[in-house]
Amino acid sequence: MKLNQLKATELKELLKKKEVSSLEIVSSVFKEIKCKDKDMNSFITLIEEDAKKSAEKIDQKIARGEKLGSLAGIPVAIKDNICVKGNFCTCGSKILEIFVSPYDATVVEWLKKEDAVIIGKTNMDEFAMGSSNENSYFGPAKNPYDLKRIPGGSSGGSSACVASDMTILALGSDTGGSVRQPASLCGVVGLKPTYGLVSRYGLVAFASSLDQIGCLTKDVKDCAMLLSVIAGYDRRDSTSINFEKKDYTKFLEDGLKDINIGIPEEYFEKGLDKEVREAVLNGVKMLEKQGLKTFEVSMPHTDRAIATYYVLCTAEVSSNLARYDGAKYGFRPEGESDLASMYERTRSEGFGDEVKRRIILGTYVLSAGYYEAYYAKAQKVRTFIKEDFDQAFKKVDLLITPTSSTTAFKLKEKIDDPLTMYLSDIYTTSANLAGIPAISVPCGKDSKGLPIGLQIMGPPLSEELILRIGYFLERSLSSRSSIPKGA
Amino acid sequence: MEYEAIIGLEVHAQLLTESKIFCGCSTKYGSPPNSQTCPVCLGMPGVLPVLNKKAVEYTIKMVLAVEGRVKEKSVFARKNYFYPDLPKGYQISQYDQPLACGGFIEIDLPDGRKKKIKITRIHLEEDAGKSMHIENEDTKTLMDMNRCGIPLIEIVSQPDLSSPEEAYLYLGKLKQILMYLRICAGNMEEGNLRCDANVSVRPKGEKGFGTSTEVKNMNSFKGVEKALEYEIQKQIRILESGGKIEHETLLWDEKKEKVFSMRAKEESHDYRYFPEPDLVRLVINQGWIEKIRKTMPELPDQRENRFIKEYNLPEYDAGVLTSSKDLADWYEEGLKYYPNPKILSNWVMGEVLRELKERRVEIRDLRMKPKDLAELLKLIDDKTISGKIAKDVFKEMAETGLLMHTQKKAEEIVKKKGLVQVTDKAQIEIVVGKVLSENQGSVKEYLAGKKKLFGFFVGEVMKKAKGKANPKMVNEILKEKLKIGDA
Repeated sequence: MKLNQLKATELKELLKKKEVSSLEIVSSVFKEIKCKDKDMNSFITLIEEDAKKSAEKIDQKIARGEKLGSLAGIPVAIKDNICVKGNFCTCGSKILEIFVSPYDATVVEWLKKEDAVIIGKTNMDEFAMGSSNENSYFGPAKNPYDLKRIPGGSSGGSSACVASDMTILALGSDTGGSVRQPASLCGVVGLKPTYGLVSRYGLVAFASSLDQIGCLTKDVKDCAMLLSVIAGYDRRDSTSINFEKKDYTKFLEDGLKDINIGIPEEYFEKGLDKEVREAVLNGVKMLEKQGLKTFEVSMPHTDRAIATYYVLCTAEVSSNLARYDGAKYGFRPEGESDLASMYERTRSEGFGDEVKRRIILGTYVLSAGYYEAYYAKAQKVRTFIKEDFDQAFKKVDLLITPTSSTTAFKLKEKIDDPLTMYLSDIYTTSANLAGIPAISVPCGKDSKGLPIGLQIMGPPLSEELILRIGYFLERSLSSRSSIPKGA
Repeated sequence: MEYEAIIGLEVHAQLLTESKIFCGCSTKYGSPPNSQTCPVCLGMPGVLPVLNKKAVEYTIKMVLAVEGRVKEKSVFARKNYFYPDLPKGYQISQYDQPLACGGFIEIDLPDGRKKKIKITRIHLEEDAGKSMHIENEDTKTLMDMNRCGIPLIEIVSQPDLSSPEEAYLYLGKLKQILMYLRICAGNMEEGNLRCDANVSVRPKGEKGFGTSTEVKNMNSFKGVEKALEYEIQKQIRILESGGKIEHETLLWDEKKEKVFSMRAKEESHDYRYFPEPDLVRLVINQGWIEKIRKTMPELPDQRENRFIKEYNLPEYDAGVLTSSKDLADWYEEGLKYYPNPKILSNWVMGEVLRELKERRVEIRDLRMKPKDLAELLKLIDDKTISGKIAKDVFKEMAETGLLMHTQKKAEEIVKKKGLVQVTDKAQIEIVVGKVLSENQGSVKEYLAGKKKLFGFFVGEVMKKAKGKANPKMVNEILKEKLKIGDA
């Protein structure tokens, strides 16, 4: 087996035993990228030279017997909306095509501190707005199971490169499902932590009250390992939770006794693909076999989540994206001499259609006379959705649902129909609105051989629990078979 | 018809915190452009604000000083608009839930009456950068972001002011309080204190309000008075000629002494305020307020009253001496060494203030210390020098202190220049004798009844003695000699 096909935990062992060097691991990853990424389009920027340099440094550290960070020598791909000092941070947009970040995001700083090797910036829907990766200015990333299909979005580049062994670990960001949905469609593990558990400092804002950096990994253990590094209080993010740092890998094998599972009926209604439904319920059966009790629960406001989400996130978008005006950095068209035309042309030419659609929507919902009817109302519904979860978590410890209603769809299948596209997030946005943690783990494949994801949601700061359940399911379903090598 | 004006002021005061409101950059005035910036205050993609506690503390001080009410919970909001000096495309301010409301500022009207001007609200926000235009280059604007993110408090008064003079007095009092609290440099010319006004007029005695205009860009205290005077007269002229006042925003042009229309209110911005999702709600508990209350300095009104009671000073003296905290501190320091309040007051109000005015400096720039003045006054008391000579010595003390940076002490100057007062009776008698014998004609006239000539003799004696003769003794000796002649 090639090094790049291994998991972080396995590579860590090999490094420890000095059977491989970090440079070998990093080289294997870049070799794979060179071989595949022309077709896959997972990366926007590669950081090969720096990555190899840091790998060499880590190897020297190993040779000298120095203390190593917990991710020493492990390649990590970073979604291109998370800042890595001295590197492009395009957010998949023309408007930031030439923008180089002058600083490291907190998560990147912490990854570097733990000796992880940053290998590149991954493809994404522009400013993380999209569910198919087709909104990237740099062209869509492809699904490694079928290059004619989308990898999901917006962290499609990250999920695809993990699935196709072009990296070992990856970071994504999840505002309405952008880590979990692509994880589901690419057959990898995707975790969106509790809002505030991971610092947002250095994550380019899409919808600040919903954004959360998450992990995309080959298995749950790697996910727990990566989370242990990126989670933790950061004073640079005022919404960061003052919560002690912990090693999430330690709890994976704790027992499953006395855990009650809720099955929210609203997540299994019409619109859900039959094969997906079966695979998810099969996962639930596995847990029942272990003696876990399952309960039907009702989340009555579920059908309002998409509408609520699109009012709130677009409102924040309209404000968060105001800074891209051509005045300071990024794209500015030539030849404009007055301010208004400079703004107009910069933003007309710099942003893609979906981003512009959301800016316009958001501007509208915050406008005088409409604020109460849309923004204020959506905030109220958000509270109801939160209460649905509060109520459910009084009865059960966690909820299991599908991550996505279908498996990966074809490129261009939904791009001209934004409403259908928005429904791709139907099972995932609620967790963002409620601020709770949720993980997608692979739970089988459909008849076309496309991966299916199962979502586990838990109360705030229940990462240990949902990782533990995910870990069990993953082993019982052993669903991560290798990808068809045609990819 | 007689009209009365209705004026409300919105004052912005830059807080004297060492660092900016949402990042660690310095707030020092006058540094090279953009030398005090970082990714946060430049609004780089991915950054987040962290509230500076000192800025909140300073705001609370102001609220306590005007007896306003600090709200336990307040919310930061985004004020969205596009301008190059606003790098994020929105200003973090407060909107429907400001930090404080209520309170008042009392002004002393020229006729001796006092008037309370009510405060509507006080809130905390961030300052914007500065655009700089290059002469003869219409198409280029340079940006200086040093000012960006300096904490500002906005103090909104009720429309309780009924003349430009009252507005001037209110602004002066506000500045005085800010400076007593040491939370603002209070300099309108440097822009750390700014003022906008809402102005309307109505026939005297009428209850309803007329249409108001907003006047901006008044960059000095005098400018505020002039601009308001201009705008009030303009509004009256319009009404008198049967016209209607347009709701609009006006800019004061200090050079032309005119207002110009900036934009009509109808086409005014919709700022699309919404709660800032990157900051948590600001919670100020009573304990914090009480802790700050304990650090409150004596305020101008309290100090003035104490000066009247404790030092038996006339109201006028107390008012002048407490006009600034520095001056009042200087005076009270002087009292430690020269415990005669009225004499010290005369000198501070006379010589000291005149010196400051002539040299256009502040009391803190004066190298002469209160103790030095006290020593000079002691020299008068022990008859070493006359009051007249003391004034010359004072001038030299101030001058050497300012110009040579080596301030000379009173005694040193007196000795070096031989200014010690002549109190030797024999010596004075010789001079008197000389004067009388040189002016025998006048002596005859005096003796013949032209008593007015006595002053002439005193003058001549003092001239001959180079001002150093003790005036009281000169008087006595002259009277004696002339009486003898009389006999």
